[in-house]
Amino acid sequence: MSKLNKQNITKKILTQIPIILLFISVLNNFDFNYLNLKYFSFNFSYILIFYFSLKKSFSLVYSFIFIAGLFNDAVNGTPIGMSSLIFLLLCGVAAYLKVITLRTSLIKDWISFVLTILMINSLSFVILNLFFNYEVSYINQMVNVVFTSLLYFIFSFLFNFIEGNFNVR
Amino acid sequence: METSRDDFVIAIRSAFLNKGTQQRFSLLGLIIFSILFLILGGINFKPINYLKIAIKEIVYRSTFIVSTPENFIKEGYLKVQIHLNLYNINKKNELEVANLRAKDLLNEFLVLENKRLKKIVDDYLIDSESTFAKVLSDKNSPFFKSIIVNKGSKHGINLGSIVIDNEYLVGKIVEVNFTSSRVLLLSDLNSKIPVILEPIGLLSILSGTGEDYGIIQYNKNESIVESDVIVYTSGIGDLFRAGIPVGKITINNSENEDQKIEFFSDFEQLKFVKILSFKKEEN
Repeated sequence: MSKLNKQNITKKILTQIPIILLFISVLNNFDFNYLNLKYFSFNFSYILIFYFSLKKSFSLVYSFIFIAGLFNDAVNGTPIGMSSLIFLLLCGVAAYLKVITLRTSLIKDWISFVLTILMINSLSFVILNLFFNYEVSYINQMVNVVFTSLLYFIFSFLFNFIEGNFNVR
Repeated sequence: METSRDDFVIAIRSAFLNKGTQQRFSLLGLIIFSILFLILGGINFKPINYLKIAIKEIVYRSTFIVSTPENFIKEGYLKVQIHLNLYNINKKNELEVANLRAKDLLNEFLVLENKRLKKIVDDYLIDSESTFAKVLSDKNSPFFKSIIVNKGSKHGINLGSIVIDNEYLVGKIVEVNFTSSRVLLLSDLNSKIPVILEPIGLLSILSGTGEDYGIIQYNKNESIVESDVIVYTSGIGDLFRAGIPVGKITINNSENEDQKIEFFSDFEQLKFVKILSFKKEEN
């Protein structure tokens, strides 16, 4: 009985890991900027949200994603509500893909991911530039999109590996 | 055709309107909520502003705690690098100190003379308040270059106050919360400050680039800017006191319209900063 309870607790903790990772990544801006590589930046939150919304939607509660977005705005200094909107749109696209896709493949997921982040980055650029008069560098945005999309492969392999080894279901 | 449109509507409805397991709110509801936040925040709706301040207070403190392991690794890496270069740095410093001692005597005289002359023309700004602040977070995202410090309106910090590291300009306060503030760094794309290039005495605007250097804008006669030019605040607009050192021009590319400025302060390694506000001296 106690063994069963222990297993339940471990399972609960493991299913909460994505949301914990999301909060850590938004509070810590987990993007290796301190390495000072001139053309390197990526958005770990996008990868995490898209992957888990597509594969394990029960791991990411929308209301937590909304709060994580508010936190991200506070850390980055962007208008409050901006990141929440972007994160939730990412979830929406992932949820839509989940509904219409019968057999998933990494390449199809990746193509959808690239198109989605291009779309949401354009939207954030338009909102920041037109409505809030923020100057945003096109090059940095593009670099961010390229590396985020490339790293999606690595992180999805990593998440699959962790899931396979720790049996998070 | 009709069926495929129905499928699309069903899929969209399922994705955006249905509440899945463990979801308390529908996606569409939260998206509308985010848009409302954005709009009301944009028009400075008071309750949203209070909520913003509360969120920021919580987040800035949490960021400091969450960043501790990463900062520990970063500091360790920097310490090792400093130790490796210690001998060369010391040799260079010894030479520099000898030169500076000689210059210091002359400078002291010039500073006093300058103060006296500025008082005569009624253009002398004095430090009205200075506060030391600890840097809580220096997450330089590729889009926004800013730091968060642990002093806010409670400690008398005002919007527009300037922030210096040693004697070098770092940026200005762009957001004040109760116990924390955000400093927009000089390297941010949105940062524009009036500067003077010495010894040529050229007035210009220093603009951030989003990288670790700044550029000189609106400089028609770029050929006169040479590699040994020092950039100081010009004091125009009474926002900054004149003569705060900002950086130096390292690359002179006559074909390039913008001149690169290397900042004196290393924004990656800020731990404590001084926040200053100025006022005109009353006679």
